[in-house]
Amino acid sequence: MSVDSQMSTGTGPAAQDAVALHEQPKISIVVEFSGGLEMLFSDQRRHSLSIPAVDKDGRPATVAFLIDYLCRNTMKDSRQELFVLEDHLRPGILVLINDADWELEGEESYEIQNGDNILFVSTLHGG
Amino acid sequence: MPPVPCAICKTERALIKRPKNYQKLCRQCFIQIFEDEVHHTITSSQLFFPGEKVAIGASGGKDSTVLASVLKTLNERHKYGLDLVLLSIDEGIKGYRDDSLETVKRNAVQYEMPLKIVGYDELYGWTMDQVVETIGKKGNCTYCGVFRRQALDRGAKMLGIKHVVTGHNADDVAETILMNLLRGDLSRLSRSTSIVTGSNASEVKRSKPLKYAYEKEIVLYAHHKKLDYFSTECIYSPEAFRGSARTLIKSLEKVRPSAILDVVRSGEDMARLVPGQPSDSCGCKGKEAPVPKAVEDEGAGGCGSANGRAGGGEMAAMEKQLRENEKVANEGLETEVKTQKVQGQRHDRTNKSETEVSVSVPLRPKQKLGTCERCGYMSSQKLCQACMLLEGLNKNRPEIRI
Ligand SMILES: [Zn+2]
Ligand SMILES: [Zn+2]
Repeated sequence: MSVDSQMSTGTGPAAQDAVALHEQPKISIVVEFSGGLEMLFSDQRRHSLSIPAVDKDGRPATVAFLIDYLCRNTMKDSRQELFVLEDHLRPGILVLINDADWELEGEESYEIQNGDNILFVSTLHGG
Repeated sequence: MPPVPCAICKTERALIKRPKNYQKLCRQCFIQIFEDEVHHTITSSQLFFPGEKVAIGASGGKDSTVLASVLKTLNERHKYGLDLVLLSIDEGIKGYRDDSLETVKRNAVQYEMPLKIVGYDELYGWTMDQVVETIGKKGNCTYCGVFRRQALDRGAKMLGIKHVVTGHNADDVAETILMNLLRGDLSRLSRSTSIVTGSNASEVKRSKPLKYAYEKEIVLYAHHKKLDYFSTECIYSPEAFRGSARTLIKSLEKVRPSAILDVVRSGEDMARLVPGQPSDSCGCKGKEAPVPKAVEDEGAGGCGSANGRAGGGEMAAMEKQLRENEKVANEGLETEVKTQKVQGQRHDRTNKSETEVSVSVPLRPKQKLGTCERCGYMSSQKLCQACMLLEGLNKNRPEIRI
């Protein structure tokens, strides 16, 4: 019985989410991985993605949002800790937003624009 | 955020924020200043002489690829007169080096440098695949690391080259300093800060021209110059990331980017306080004499690259190495601990195995820093580590495994 009630309360918001996601505007970006990070993402360097333009609270998608999105949707490897540590990008991974160091662009708070190219490079692999 | 103009040319858009001083630079100015700083390191430390034949330890990875590219550029720009050769090591791990060796082969064409690939089978009579077949996957990183540490020297010797440069960067040096600090090994710490290593007993000099270059800038240099490099992990390395001092270094850098060079400078300062240990720093502080050599001895090494540094997990490898050393010491072969006691180091160290050592040695004649009686490689013992491991392998005695 309790299982039933859990399930019925569970399907409601999930279904709403699905509808909301469907209606959300999307932005097209290119995300690239190198320096060994490719292996976490199906051994593929370049991913053309269409991501929600806003997060669940209606705020514009930021790099922080993208990192979370990549973990949930794009990463096939289970070793998430090689990409994210304590809810932030793992130290030692560089991010280039349209070829500029993300430190010049506001790091995780940078608001992603349609057509952006975002490159994640690991510096952690052998020399 | 609006585009920031470059701090040097004031016209181009800044794309790089330098970790050492937060300077914001455009692509062109960054590449120029990176090369200028390596040139400064080379000239102030008097690393080379005109006409010198120099082997670049090349793994196809970012560090050695950047080193090869920068050295080619500087050699032409500043007329060093160097005869540069790419030297690669093939550990004999099926599939693992295939792609990286292909990268090195392309680099040889791109940089117009001759390439020599030397295999572990050629140098030691064993490929890593055969080692793993014999001893299993556990502990094989120690073999790989010990073999690799000598491989470049042995390979250079085969080619008649007396100077090997490696792509070790500031992050690598800071990491080694921290690890030796954590182990309380000041004499090794001081040796690890040297830009030039190799003793008089060894015929091959080693140096690291990228010693002051941040790993981050090396990756950015490779990116913005569109260099062709390869990144992979050793397939035999079980825990490439966990518990490594590397993680600590990267976390420090995240909080305060200058921390990496600060650790390097602290290491150099500490090295000066260690009796009988040559040391160096950036030679521009009025130092005219060439940098003295120190003994090549850079921690346990491990898997990951031909530079002899791991992609991580060095802590574990080093602990293994320590345990191995202690085991060997208890067998009466080791004299290093004794030697260090004579030098006045570690007198306050209450290490159980050391007590045991002082009871059990010397069973064999002690040797000061000399050469391995079998292969001639520098060693504080009768046999160098590689020959000792080989002896075990050749007897097919799995129990020597660590
Ligand atoms: Zn500029
Ligand atoms: Zn030997």
